[in-house]
Amino acid sequence: MGEIIVEEKGKKGGKRQAKKHSTRIDMTPMVDLMCLLITFFMLTTAFSKPKVMVITMPEKDTDKDKPKGPEIPKNRTLNILLTEGHKVYYYIGIADPKKPAEMPQLVKTDFSKDGIRKFLLVKNKDLFTKIAEYRDKRVTGKTVVADTTADNAIKKMKKEDQKGPIVLIKADDKAKYKDMVDIIDEMAICNIASYAVVDMTKTEQDMLLSAPK
Amino acid sequence: MTPMVDLFSLLLTFFMLTTSFRPQEAAPIETPNSVSEKQAPDNDIMTIFISKEGKVFFNFDNGKDTSTHFRTKLLQKMGEQYQVTFTPKELDKFSKMSSFGMPFKNVKDWINSNEPKDRDKLQIGIPTDSTDNQLAWWVRLARITNLNAEVAIKGDAETNYSVVKKVMDLLQENKVNKFNLVTNLMKDEVTMKDMPK
Repeated sequence: MGEIIVEEKGKKGGKRQAKKHSTRIDMTPMVDLMCLLITFFMLTTAFSKPKVMVITMPEKDTDKDKPKGPEIPKNRTLNILLTEGHKVYYYIGIADPKKPAEMPQLVKTDFSKDGIRKFLLVKNKDLFTKIAEYRDKRVTGKTVVADTTADNAIKKMKKEDQKGPIVLIKADDKAKYKDMVDIIDEMAICNIASYAVVDMTKTEQDMLLSAPK
Repeated sequence: MTPMVDLFSLLLTFFMLTTSFRPQEAAPIETPNSVSEKQAPDNDIMTIFISKEGKVFFNFDNGKDTSTHFRTKLLQKMGEQYQVTFTPKELDKFSKMSSFGMPFKNVKDWINSNEPKDRDKLQIGIPTDSTDNQLAWWVRLARITNLNAEVAIKGDAETNYSVVKKVMDLLQENKVNKFNLVTNLMKDEVTMKDMPK
């Protein structure tokens, strides 16, 4: 380790010369150790911290006397049903088993760009345009605001929106967790103002059985 | 040689300073993708892991101020609930461990086993059936132990939704209405150009 090369010239008799020390140190072991440590740290480091998607669920009604929330306009209600095989169905309005004549039709779509997203964008055109324009102004530098201010402004726009759909997301037992995350993600992408994850009703399960495959 | 050593020292310093160790997990879980850019909080969080097969695991941290020993307290409370007593050594060991998932009677074995293999064998998931809903107790007592704790759900993309729903319903029964779903970031932007005419 760290050998110091000593050059000694043996001279018979005469004056003793000062020993010549070479200052070179063998660094190979140190480099080895450093390599090892770097590898260790590289492998154990978690670089990308996990991201989270926050979702707030509607409170479960345990209290029956509690006043009901405001009635949702029928034509704004968009129901999205998720089922096995990553399939997506939607219908507008309310499926009331007591009124078979007014039963809405299920429409089949998928998670692709031209699927549910296209439909949601059309439905949410006003709000989406508004938010997109606002973001555009920020990008081009026409309005200069802090991130939090912008977030609040967008939140306000969403709150004031009166035209966009109110989406009810319902998944049955055969759906995968991924479907749920994907659809909530679509809501974020399409800037849907109000959406909720709710339980699927019996009527809707029956509707799914007779839905186009 | 010297420039190489310089570079290595630099790299080593960088890694040592930026490192945050990847936590050990009970089961490999592949999270679904989303556009969300919000970062998961480091502290004050209880995580419920749901594996592909529908097994449920649980993790709870010691809190921002590690002297609060939330994990130890939680285990003590659970012990009282199920009439299992733990020695101070076991409590201390538990506070340093990570996610777990087994019926409560096996927790002691899990803490005391030193072989990683034995430990993995014990990870069979926390029972969530209605007769003995241990996960509900973990959640309930964790909520009491750390009042600021948020709930994160880390589910595998291919898990059946029914299992996730069961967990969510259970959480809602315990007055948790806000969840953090752990996802992978995958950018996907939609602009006005994508708007159908």
